[in-house]
Amino acid sequence: MANYYQKEIETASREEIIAIQNEKLVKTVKRVYENVPYYKAKMDEKGVTPEDIKSIDDLHKLPFLTKDDLREAYPYGLLATDLKDCVRIQSTSGTTGKRVVAFYTQNDIDLWEDCCARAIVAAGGTNEDVCQVCYGYGLFTGGPGLNGGSHKVGCLTLPMSSGNTDRQLMFMTDLGATILCCTPSYAAYLAESIHERGLRDQIKLKAGIFGAEAWTEEMRHDIEEKLGIKAYDIYGLTEISGPGVSFECSEQTGMHINEDHFIAEIINPITGEVLPEGEKGELVFTSLDKEAFPLIRYRTKDICVLSRKKCSCGRTHVKMSKPMGRSDDMLIVKGVNVFPSQIEMVLLKNGLTSNYQIIVDREKHSDTIEVRVEMTPEFFSDSLSQLSAKEKEIVSELKSVLGIYATVKIVEPKSIVRSEGKAVRVIDRRNLYQN
Amino acid sequence: MTIKQVSVFAENRTGGILDVIRALGEGGVDIRALSVADTQGFGILRLIVDNIDKAKSMLSDSGTIYSITDVVGVKVPDSPGGLSSVLTLLADNQINVEYLYAFVSVPGTSAYVVLRVADNDEAIRVLTSNGIELVTEEEITAL
Repeated sequence: MANYYQKEIETASREEIIAIQNEKLVKTVKRVYENVPYYKAKMDEKGVTPEDIKSIDDLHKLPFLTKDDLREAYPYGLLATDLKDCVRIQSTSGTTGKRVVAFYTQNDIDLWEDCCARAIVAAGGTNEDVCQVCYGYGLFTGGPGLNGGSHKVGCLTLPMSSGNTDRQLMFMTDLGATILCCTPSYAAYLAESIHERGLRDQIKLKAGIFGAEAWTEEMRHDIEEKLGIKAYDIYGLTEISGPGVSFECSEQTGMHINEDHFIAEIINPITGEVLPEGEKGELVFTSLDKEAFPLIRYRTKDICVLSRKKCSCGRTHVKMSKPMGRSDDMLIVKGVNVFPSQIEMVLLKNGLTSNYQIIVDREKHSDTIEVRVEMTPEFFSDSLSQLSAKEKEIVSELKSVLGIYATVKIVEPKSIVRSEGKAVRVIDRRNLYQN
Repeated sequence: MTIKQVSVFAENRTGGILDVIRALGEGGVDIRALSVADTQGFGILRLIVDNIDKAKSMLSDSGTIYSITDVVGVKVPDSPGGLSSVLTLLADNQINVEYLYAFVSVPGTSAYVVLRVADNDEAIRVLTSNGIELVTEEEITAL
């Protein structure tokens, strides 16, 4: 069964795709060099001019871009069009300091929604489907992206946003939702609720499109079995557009990257050297069609593998594995980006030391985060009420910095295990990444 | 005339208090009085010892977190209503008691009580001017 939203491009030959990428890359580099002083400065610094970029073979000559660049250039520093041509912003879930803000023209949104539509169609979606979108709507790209994609496919779209499980289940059963779009952990939670309430024979779901956080094959089987559906992974990041940068097809063995819009590279995260196909490394994207916010060689920090093995679905675009980890120490907890340094900052500010440990776990499909930190003479007090108040203050500061609730446990000095003299900062018991 | 109390941080875990007590015992420190205050996650062990300097060095050596607090030691008549008369005096003079715990007692004569109040000097003035006897560091060492 051929499920394509844009068949011609999704099944184009490698030569055709390379020709498209060559043409678009040359144009994009020229455009950012001329319109974005930040890019010009970066390229000048590296001694590269637009004339040096004649095809994708020259891509490696261009400088990388990181999240730090995006923060530094906040808010308008990387904008490549007039602001009057922009119609939307979206933002990442990072909550510390400056947020990362991405701009979209109407055309950018159209292409992004096309990408999401490809994902929905690959999951078997047609205009006869009822698509329930329970990703958050707002600055987060999940809701708006899938919502737009669902419209393009012609599905009856239920813009539920996240939360309120009772209402989700009521609409799901009453309106006969056939496609579910949400985070995998919420899908697992919904599956559990459906099971508990004995609603299994009242639901009509056939497919789910789950992304925005890491999930395992075990979780996939569990959700598929409980809901009687096929569960598809979808990948994306706000900086590049949002969900739909890549998506799974019927083969479920990796996500096709929309290569007509994005060039993917895998690099050695330490040296920056480009690695050959099949090697594990950091995923880097270059956007080819973005008008407002084009990013050249943007380092995602996600570690994965690319594969050009022929896919049984007929799509020719390269496939990426599920992310196998991060090249930085970022954690994704409850869908929110958390950096240990944010936690450390709060602890140090309150008279504690950097002898801390972050324990992330998942209980009943919901992430938990506990910060263990060693007591210090400065922090200690003979008064229990004073100590409790100080502890509460840390919890509330963490909440405001991270955007999620973390428990704090103050432990005795030297009780946090150090390996080779260095504390192990993060213990992630969720085992999300599998190799 | 206050006495020194050692307050020790202890995690709520099996053997948490034992570690502290053992360190003091091995260092030859004798414990005269002890109380524990705890929350869900941790506790504060409050101790009156015979030799405060020795206790400090033992705790420092074992890497334990502690602080020293001045508290008031009171000799309370060992008879019904004995403690009540002391607390009445403090309450009548608007002196808030944060916590208190019992001390060694000499049966039939007096019981010793440790008081933690906001204003030690005021508490001492009120108590002594009403004929309440205080416990001294020397007495604790000599017990």
